[in-house]
Amino acid sequence: MNMLIYLIPIALLMGAMGLLAFLWSLKSGQYEDLQGAAWRVLADDENEPTP
Amino acid sequence: MTCCDLNTESVLAMSATSFSAEEIALVSHPLGDGLRQLDLSVPDVHCGACISTIERALSALPYVTKARVNLTSRRVTCIYRQEFDKQTTDPTGIILAINSAGYRAHLFTPIASENDTTRNQLLLAVGVSGFAATNIMLLSVSVWSGADAATRDMFHWISALIAAPALVYAGRFFFRSAWNALKHGRTNMDVPISLAVTLSYAVSLWETMHHGEHAWFDASVSLLFFLLIGRTLDHVMREKARAAINGLARLAPRGALLLMRDGSRHYIPIEDIAVGDEVAIAAGERIPVDGTILSGESDIDLSIVTGESSPVAVAGGSQVSSGAMNLTGSLVVRATKLAKNSLLAEIINLMEAAEGGRARYRRIADRAASLYSPAVHLLALVSFLAWGFFGGDWKHAMLVAVAVLIITCPCALGLAVPVVQVVAAGELFRKGVMVKDGSALERLAEVDTVAFDKTGTLTIGVPRLVATTALDDRFIAKAKGLAVHSRHPLSQALARSGGPAPTPFDRVSEIPGGGLQACRAGETYRLGNAAFADPTAASPSDDSPFSEVVLSRNDEVQARFLFEDTLRPGAREAVDELNLRGYETVIVSGDRQSVVDSTALVLGLDKALGALGPQQKVEECQRLSANGHRVLMVGDGINDAPALAAAHVSMAPATASDIGRQAADLVFFNERLEAVPQAIAVAKQAAKLIRQNFALAIGYNVLAVPIAIAGYATPLIAAVAMSTSSIIVVTNALRLNTLGMHQRRERTMTTTREVNAA
Repeated sequence: MNMLIYLIPIALLMGAMGLLAFLWSLKSGQYEDLQGAAWRVLADDENEPTP
Repeated sequence: MTCCDLNTESVLAMSATSFSAEEIALVSHPLGDGLRQLDLSVPDVHCGACISTIERALSALPYVTKARVNLTSRRVTCIYRQEFDKQTTDPTGIILAINSAGYRAHLFTPIASENDTTRNQLLLAVGVSGFAATNIMLLSVSVWSGADAATRDMFHWISALIAAPALVYAGRFFFRSAWNALKHGRTNMDVPISLAVTLSYAVSLWETMHHGEHAWFDASVSLLFFLLIGRTLDHVMREKARAAINGLARLAPRGALLLMRDGSRHYIPIEDIAVGDEVAIAAGERIPVDGTILSGESDIDLSIVTGESSPVAVAGGSQVSSGAMNLTGSLVVRATKLAKNSLLAEIINLMEAAEGGRARYRRIADRAASLYSPAVHLLALVSFLAWGFFGGDWKHAMLVAVAVLIITCPCALGLAVPVVQVVAAGELFRKGVMVKDGSALERLAEVDTVAFDKTGTLTIGVPRLVATTALDDRFIAKAKGLAVHSRHPLSQALARSGGPAPTPFDRVSEIPGGGLQACRAGETYRLGNAAFADPTAASPSDDSPFSEVVLSRNDEVQARFLFEDTLRPGAREAVDELNLRGYETVIVSGDRQSVVDSTALVLGLDKALGALGPQQKVEECQRLSANGHRVLMVGDGINDAPALAAAHVSMAPATASDIGRQAADLVFFNERLEAVPQAIAVAKQAAKLIRQNFALAIGYNVLAVPIAIAGYATPLIAAVAMSTSSIIVVTNALRLNTLGMHQRRERTMTTTREVNAA
């Protein structure tokens, strides 16, 4: 019973972190172009500074 | 190298409408710090290679600071500096860069309602309800697996605390819609949903306060979660279609060159053109407002306005209407109407008056709800009274009634329709057909008559040489040599046709409204309409289905060329398939009756009506529906827009006028007309699956309701029953996808077989 006192807040906190991550991804426009994002993974990044 | 290597030259040839720097400045908007943002629609981007090609091409321009392609909406957002190296930037370079990379680029004005706030709100609500549902379900599982009374109470309280804000936040879409329906004395699916969710929360809270054993917090929140997923999918599907359709080229001009009294010229937006203003229109531009021609002669293409397939000659004093394309000469037009009162505005009035099938139609889900919710509410009331009077325990009676409401809450019913429609719309999207909303699919499945417009729909508005009579091949070569100098569609068709190589001419003059004229070795050659080439001939009769071009040498006719409009690819197959399946097919066209008759004969349509104005097309649609037919109207022109709105359901090709695309329920992007029977087939399949899903959802209720009435519906049973029924309904909807795959496989197999046989 006693462990519930910290286990439940931990569970809720983890859920809330997931929710916050989702909110962040929504806000930073990651759902604007789902198809494009899938392709961009494969493209070479050209703006990368050459060493 | 990729799926979509386009030929740069052909793209440059296609983009007949080049944009001026002033026009681009009108649609771009300032961001501050001397930066401007320009949004362009690039309908041809398909894959990752397209993205990097365009972004690389734009980033190479010195004044572009940022360029980003959005593949989902097929758009480019380009941010550029207004001034670079102390010079004003010429933004036409942006469009040129995209064109020379091999893509078409169109300007478009972002529509305010198009922004994604609703979508983001829905996604947010899905996130919040998902968070609440998973946490509460976690707590419920420990309750079901036998927590002791104190722990159970604590878990119930935590669930109540999580559920309350989630219900208010995520449930507001349903509550609002239910309240709206009730306010207008109607009922929809959201009424039983809202009722079940709020009641189950209230009863659970009451139970929790009294240390009761059963709480339904998990049921009420996961219900919202499932339903929100359905609603979000539905919304995303419509947004996707709308973005694709809005991104197409706009046919209406955005601005015009105004002639000032002192002789200077100014480029102004068309809204600012006043009655009496004089506007210069170059060859190749569209006419911005209704007006009278002051000076200049030209041929104008009215195909998008009236459906007339052959160009009309105009001169000083002629009336011209907005939307027509000026083909051969420059014109000065005096505006007789404001842009907002022009032909387009009259058409919009007609459309509003004609608003037919769409406005009257009630969605399947709402029709089902109008039967379902009274039945369910009555059932709950009856079980409440029965348990109260016969059992004597009113508290238990209340619990049973709430259990009935929760069990019958149309979770599966609420998913049954949107999921099928999203899957069907996705299937059509892959075939190049955009569906604007789910109700269009429902209406499309009911169709029994298909009405086609001719010009631009059954035909593609490009003339094709069908017959040549010439004394000698040399004259054909001469005619082609003359024809290459003109942008008149008949001349271009002649120049494109096969046969001898064109004879070069040095000095060719184009006489607008007549044809082309040139001198060679002391002889005068003329190519054009019969009256121009051969002034001595009698005026030709107008009932031939063909357009004629004549070549004369020193006023003597040497060759005649007959043209007809090219049929849209797949038109014959599409009409054959529709006839085979027993649909009635009709042409309603604004073109001459003889032309319409010959098209109907070639394609095998049942009925051909020509020379119809926009109002008459509407009347024809209304007459058909008065006779009990459900009409699918397929059309593209400005003159078709009222009929598209009046028909039960409507379709337009992507090349249609803006207003035609706005009016249509479905827009098809591929050239081929087979999109029409394909869309009907998918819609029918979807309708069948929706009926199956309803049967499944109601069958589930028939099983579960007696358990609830008997008082055995514990939260565990409710949760299991609800989730399984939702999963079954979604799985059934996904069968539409596999069906499409089967068809594709069959088609590949038949083609392989044909290839093998050949």
